Amino acid sequence: MWQLGMLGFGAPWVLLALLGLPLVWLMLRALPPMPTRQRFPAVGLLLGLDSRRSESQRMPWWLRALRLLALMAAILGFAQPVLNPQPSPQNTAPLLILFDGSWADAADWPARLARAEALRAEAGRADRAVSIATLTRPPLAGGAEFGPAAGWTGRLAGLRPAPWAPTADLYKSWAGAVRAPVDTVWFSDGLDHAGRDALAQALAAQGRLRIVENPLAVTLLGPVDLQDGTLAINATRSRTGPTQTLRITGFGPDPSGAPRALATTDLRFGPSATKVSTQLSLPSELRNRITRFQIEGLRSAGAVYLTDGALKSPKIALIIGRGAGEGLDLLSPDYYLRKALAPLGTVMTGNLADLLPTVPDVIFLTDDTRPTLAETNALERWVKAGGLLVRFAGPRLAMGQDGRSDQNADLLPVPLRPGGRSIGGALSWETPQGLRPFPDESPFAGLSAPDEVRILRQVMAQPAALPRNTPNTTDPSSDIKTDTGRSLALLADGTPLVTARDSGAGQIVLFHVTADPSWSTLPLSGLFEQMLERLLRQANGQPTQIDITPTALWQPQSSLDGFGVLTDASTQPSVPGGALAAGEPGPDLPPGIYAQGAAQLALNLGHAGHTALRPAVWASELQIGPISATSGPEWPLQPALLGIALAAFMADILASVALLTARKRRMMAGLVGILGFFALIPGPNLAHAQPLPPQEARALRALSQTVLAHVLTGDPRLDQQAQVGLQGLSYTLARRTAIEPGAPIGVDIERDELAFYPFLYWPISAAQPLPSAQAYQRLNSYLRGGGMILFDTRDDDLAGFDGLNATTPTAAQLQSLAQGLDVPPLAPVTEGHVLTRSFYLLQSFPGRFANGLLWAEVQATQPQGSDRTLMSATNDGVSPILIGGGDWAAAWATDALGQPLFPLDQGIGTGGARQREMALRFGVNLIMYVLTGNYKADQVHLPALIERLGQ
Amino acid sequence: MITNGRIPTHPVALRQSAHALADPLPSLLAAAHRLAQGVAAGAHGRRRVGRGDEFWQYRPALPGDPLRQIDWRRSARSDNQFVAQREWQAAQSVFLWADPRASMQFSGAPNRPEKAHRAQTLALALALVLLRGGERVGLCNGPTPLAASCGRGQAEALGHGLLAATTDPAHTAPLPQLSAVSNRGWVVLLSDFLDDLAPFERATSAAAARGVQGVIIQVLDPIEESFPFDGHVLFESMDGITAFDTPEAADLQIRYKQRLAARKDALTDLARRLGWQFSAHSTGASALSALLWAYGAMSVGR
Repeated sequence: MWQLGMLGFGAPWVLLALLGLPLVWLMLRALPPMPTRQRFPAVGLLLGLDSRRSESQRMPWWLRALRLLALMAAILGFAQPVLNPQPSPQNTAPLLILFDGSWADAADWPARLARAEALRAEAGRADRAVSIATLTRPPLAGGAEFGPAAGWTGRLAGLRPAPWAPTADLYKSWAGAVRAPVDTVWFSDGLDHAGRDALAQALAAQGRLRIVENPLAVTLLGPVDLQDGTLAINATRSRTGPTQTLRITGFGPDPSGAPRALATTDLRFGPSATKVSTQLSLPSELRNRITRFQIEGLRSAGAVYLTDGALKSPKIALIIGRGAGEGLDLLSPDYYLRKALAPLGTVMTGNLADLLPTVPDVIFLTDDTRPTLAETNALERWVKAGGLLVRFAGPRLAMGQDGRSDQNADLLPVPLRPGGRSIGGALSWETPQGLRPFPDESPFAGLSAPDEVRILRQVMAQPAALPRNTPNTTDPSSDIKTDTGRSLALLADGTPLVTARDSGAGQIVLFHVTADPSWSTLPLSGLFEQMLERLLRQANGQPTQIDITPTALWQPQSSLDGFGVLTDASTQPSVPGGALAAGEPGPDLPPGIYAQGAAQLALNLGHAGHTALRPAVWASELQIGPISATSGPEWPLQPALLGIALAAFMADILASVALLTARKRRMMAGLVGILGFFALIPGPNLAHAQPLPPQEARALRALSQTVLAHVLTGDPRLDQQAQVGLQGLSYTLARRTAIEPGAPIGVDIERDELAFYPFLYWPISAAQPLPSAQAYQRLNSYLRGGGMILFDTRDDDLAGFDGLNATTPTAAQLQSLAQGLDVPPLAPVTEGHVLTRSFYLLQSFPGRFANGLLWAEVQATQPQGSDRTLMSATNDGVSPILIGGGDWAAAWATDALGQPLFPLDQGIGTGGARQREMALRFGVNLIMYVLTGNYKADQVHLPALIERLGQ
Repeated sequence: MITNGRIPTHPVALRQSAHALADPLPSLLAAAHRLAQGVAAGAHGRRRVGRGDEFWQYRPALPGDPLRQIDWRRSARSDNQFVAQREWQAAQSVFLWADPRASMQFSGAPNRPEKAHRAQTLALALALVLLRGGERVGLCNGPTPLAASCGRGQAEALGHGLLAATTDPAHTAPLPQLSAVSNRGWVVLLSDFLDDLAPFERATSAAAARGVQGVIIQVLDPIEESFPFDGHVLFESMDGITAFDTPEAADLQIRYKQRLAARKDALTDLARRLGWQFSAHSTGASALSALLWAYGAMSVGR
């Protein structure tokens, strides 16, 4: 292939013909157009005349240009030009297409796939084996799986980026899996990952390694922190670049629960900044609702930051005692609480009656406060509904006014001994007590108790109320967490300092000391604030700390995929807390929401420990290209150019015609018309070339118009009679009513689909075999689905259907035939039935026999003994089955000229004509009844209506 | 059908050619009849006194007039005697000639008749009118001219003769056989007169010298008069022998028209010298006008 810029030519030597174009131009200029031949008798008069002008004999310049253009396009077209020709290397080594497949790939994943598809197709043309894999998944046992390029089409489209980054282990295992010579195209995510150099070296050692990388920076959202009530939103990008503004949207449920964008803010990367942070101040109501932050317009797991309780600040109610206000601030129990709580959340102060209706998350109750009975009940309800009540002891509690009173016992985790305990006082032998290290199960676990914390006084739990919490009793079997209460913190001598009790969904926590420094130095220490924070985190459903023991399992609730879409993950296996604590998402630990009991934890790519994105640095000898190959896809131009040439030649023909004389133009038009006619002829031939299969042709015939049908009995004479009978009825219907049925169809109930026919006429033949079970099933479903069958025993009701005594062979046959049918209760059609007035007003239903007794389903208005539901109720009141013996087909039968074919029973005095007319009228009524249902049943009211109209 | 210039000799082929020949005859006769309807039927007098049935004029009786010639009814109205004279209605022999040559078989448009057809129709219609008037009509077409005769049967013979002359491929006698025309007879000549006039002029002059009177009608197609051509055109004569190539036909239009006018002038001049009548007729115009003109021209000359 010879290449010229972006153009390649498959047959470049054809282009030499372009050199001939000027010559053609000159020739076209020199050659006059063909003369018009004209017969002319007066040619003798012309002899000797000469034309002085000769300019116009030349071809018009535009025609010349047109012809030249056509020629040029044809030459260029035959040179097989290709736009953006892909150099096809002569290499036949297998091609390995590797994706990092990390979240950083996700933003331009379609482009990567498209490029990979182009590579795959090219490899397919070169007959190279192909393997496609992502590095976020471990390699197969035998290394990459190579196969024909065509086999990868579907699997390539199914590749998805993972919401984590390839780990060093994965790189290592891939490097180990590369053993055979292979050409590699590595779609890098643009980030530096540990261990990638080793893999690159391994691949480069085995063959040609090309790196495909997006030169743009990769952006990662997170972490998002809560600092002093405002959200600090951070984002990182992998390399410096131009100023970049990201729009961050916080999503969460609105009060009605529908997901909604709750807040937006902009993040602006400076020209040389890789990190950016912004403050977002939101009302805590709004902030607590946000479940995730997302960079607008970026589809990647790195563009999503899931929030957990850490960003929620609890609503804290601090109940001020009634007696407060007179004393000094520093002596007020509220003061220390307020100071300690201020950085932890929104603190409301007030009395219980005011604050309880605002449904705070946490209520702090000091010793000053005396809830009334009603308030106590309300508090209890609130706690049971999930509130956290934190109480502090004090002189009043110690005096037992509270602990012994029944109404307040519910608001204490443990029953208290009256009087309390004074340690290290003047009358005490004991020294002030320090704290024992917090038990592991306590929310305070891990906090270090400073030595200076000393407890001087405390209230005491009833000894039997709590198990003795000694350091030896930390084994799981000891029932620390009981319904009755548990110790969260112990003094050095083992007496509980903080006790708690679960109550409903909530919890009651009691500090056995006051909230001011009068009983202990606890409120003065930093520990106090830390303890309160732990309590508040617990109130948020937030883990006080991640349990890193392998036995502590966290259940994924929902997880992000590589594109940042949150999906339900509750069926995924649990993960150990240790892995979660490490905070690095991986194949077994996708980013998402994890839960352990009530505690929820969000794992994000942009977590606090992952704050720097380092761009990938490749060895300088590697070939690195952008994703979208600048050359674009290969584009053969030959069809377009040849099309242009053809169009130009067509235009040339038209122009030449325009230049011809009028007569020649007409001839031309005729010629074109003839050609066009011949071009059109094959159309219908093709359409007729494929006849429909007979079943479908039948269905088409039955569906394209209303068709009366009869059941083929196997008796040719009977079938013929039914056919002509229905033909005669169809003819009558078409003449007298709006129903214009097509030619009747004989139906084989064993084979044919019945659903197309609204009505089946079934002449009973004694010789007819009983239908098969399958046919019965179809007949029954036909009847239930709104079909109707008219059984004709053709015996003039000699048998009578009222009893078991079927005396005629056809009636006996009908009885045995109807065994398998779902026949509703029947009754003779009486005066007033819709059949008697659906078109004509009829008294009887004569056929070949004048005595046309007809049986139909019992009408709903008639009393019926059985509790069986009427089939006709589902069918507009139309009886699914009619039974009679009138031999109607014989009465309806006419030949093509409308002449009757069969003699009738001359029972009615005026002879056959009147009876035949009545039979036809019955037929019309019958089909009307079938097609319109009980529409005419309303006619009973007609006389009344007419009478009223007359007035 | 006579093709390729060979005259069939086998009886079957002869009959076929006769049929082919006769085929256009009824339509030609019908067209001629239709055309002749436009001219008042009946014998037309010579507008002079002579033998005939029609009253012409009364004149005072002169000495020597037989008594039985005196119109007594007229004479009784005055004191003088009058003689009723009748118009002279002597039969004349008229010879027709329609140019049979190939140049006449041209039509400039599909809905226009060929010049030959128009000429034959005109000739035959004139013959019909004349025959109805009791004249004797003959044909000086072709190698064997048809002798002048009267009666309705003559019309069919005339039609045969006209068609036979056209389909004679050899054109053995392109010029009218004026020697067949009786002295003081009439001749009607229909042609486009687009070729050399000299032989024609010689023949007519000789005939005029014998006292033959004549009517010359030049039949032309409208295209031949307007010359609506442009561009590069190769003109071919009808027999394909002569061709003329011009790079720009429109350039020739004016000069062609000049030449055509000169030709008409020459014909007019010739007719005047011979004492004959000349008119040009276009196939685009109504044939009836040409017929009326011809009939009138013959009436004037008598």
